[in-house]
Amino acid sequence: MASMLERIKVMLGAEPQKPAVVSPEAREWHAMKRVNKEDFLAMKEHARQHGVVSHKWRNRRWAVLLFANLLFTFSFWLDIQILEGALTASRFVGFHLIDLNSALQVALAHKHIIVNLIIGTLTVFFLWVLLGGRSFCSWVCPYHLVAEWFEWLHLKLVDKKIVSDRQFHRGARTVFWVLFGLMALLSGYTVFETLSPTGILSRALIYGPSLALGWVFLLLMFEVFYSRRAWCRYVCPIGLTYGMVGTLSPVRIMYRLEHCFHEGDCKKVCLVPHVLDMVVKGRAEHTHVPVGPDCTRCGLCVDVCPSGALQFDVKGLSKML
Amino acid sequence: MSDAPDNRNADDGEELKPPPGAQRPKAPVRKEAARRKFIRSTALACGVVGLSLAGWMPTASAYKPRLRPPGALEENDFLASCIKCGQCVQVCPVAAIKLGDIDEGFGIGVPYIAARDQACDFSCDAVQCILACPTGALTYRKPDFADVRAGMKMSRDPVLKAKAKDPEPTLNLKERIGVARLDRPELCLAVQGKGFKGQARGADFKGTLRYMSVDRWKPVPVREQPYERAVCDLCVTECPIQDAIKLEAFAGPDGSTRHRPVVLEQCVGCGVCEMICPVEPAAIVIDIRKEWKEA
Repeated sequence: MASMLERIKVMLGAEPQKPAVVSPEAREWHAMKRVNKEDFLAMKEHARQHGVVSHKWRNRRWAVLLFANLLFTFSFWLDIQILEGALTASRFVGFHLIDLNSALQVALAHKHIIVNLIIGTLTVFFLWVLLGGRSFCSWVCPYHLVAEWFEWLHLKLVDKKIVSDRQFHRGARTVFWVLFGLMALLSGYTVFETLSPTGILSRALIYGPSLALGWVFLLLMFEVFYSRRAWCRYVCPIGLTYGMVGTLSPVRIMYRLEHCFHEGDCKKVCLVPHVLDMVVKGRAEHTHVPVGPDCTRCGLCVDVCPSGALQFDVKGLSKML
Repeated sequence: MSDAPDNRNADDGEELKPPPGAQRPKAPVRKEAARRKFIRSTALACGVVGLSLAGWMPTASAYKPRLRPPGALEENDFLASCIKCGQCVQVCPVAAIKLGDIDEGFGIGVPYIAARDQACDFSCDAVQCILACPTGALTYRKPDFADVRAGMKMSRDPVLKAKAKDPEPTLNLKERIGVARLDRPELCLAVQGKGFKGQARGADFKGTLRYMSVDRWKPVPVREQPYERAVCDLCVTECPIQDAIKLEAFAGPDGSTRHRPVVLEQCVGCGVCEMICPVEPAAIVIDIRKEWKEA
């Protein structure tokens, strides 16, 4: 997980590689953890017993997600006009906000862009550069929340050995991103929007239920009985679009080797566990490693880590504080 | 708790053995798993692409032809440029605009007007839906690259009856979304020589309309405004546009004077006549995206 390029490759579907060069400080830590197994285990137990596993970030995130989506709903229902429109495009007290992926599909299908669209798209682009790219997924996307609830059901069934998680190649999402772009370009229709559970759920929350919710339900069933979080992990081009924005973002999760006991709880709760490759013993190339751009900044790993090895971090800012 | 950490390390122990960067040949089991994963992923790709292209069928077959809001680009351009956000829905004072569902394929989330249920009566004067549209799918002036169908442009600027006394009485949209047509003359009350008394669409009808006599800026439910006419002329009197429709007298088979509505060139296709028509089904309907022709 050396350069940014490497992290982008992992986001596009490549397997994370072991680092070629490990910094001396990190090597020291890796070695220390190997020296005395008894001491290491004792420290780990100590950390476990004193660690606070909470739902702090999850609760905050759910609150923000519900607030954002209900702000759309109430702006229309109560005519308070704060956030008008839906997730694909809206006005926040009059300012245009345009979803990047929807803007892309419209631009490719229609082949013309008007000024409002550019303004709204740029606003949203800079907003999510600041806020962390794929944080759109876990902090705003309504499908993410519903999928999280159904994921809980999936994991229960896996636990009881009733279903198993069949994985797809993560590169499929990159292929879909290209395919949806090509389909829009060649057909002249915004093909992706027909299937997008994000758009469907957002509109259903604002304008009332639709038949399209049936499709969203089928998707959820597919995720419960066949493949864990399949849409977000292997298909959704919105995630990849925002992931690319996230490569520039200062908000990320920071991994701190010295606090890590390599127990792997974080990878179990993570939507995109390939970004947490550095938590595997011996893989961290520095003592502090920022998590890659495919991370949705959902904070589940921060909540679950008993020893505080994973923390939210703002580039530049955290050092100052 | 005591055993759990050891299990967690099962993965990690493996990582320590091989020299860094070395690629071990994959075991046959892993190879087989990789092959299955690849096939599964290909199937997923075909499935999702197939499903998204299924959206083409209702669109290509015009399975549900829709009357689009005023100012809409031509159908294909409209479906392409609409970002499916519904801001037009939110600003409409009579809630005439609805959004398409998934059975309309690529028309999902795209706005339309079901005129019989609730027509656009230009209660907002300025055509708010056009102002709300962030992508130019609804626009006052069609851009140069956009197709314009025959008969979309009006030859004369339509005058809004509600603004007739204003210094600038014309509607700021100079095109039609369709055109009205007397579809079932045999049902038309005026053609039958009948009048009309009562609520135009019954007590349960939810549609609203701007009645200038009530309030210029507040559309009210049609059911609250009962009519009493010796000859039914609701389509003419309730039409929001000047000189868009008139009643023409003719001699009935029994020699009595009968009337029929005649759609004039100023008709913009808003659908108020279709909504207000008191017979079931409506005698007068909107032909979507059609041009006006002399009867």
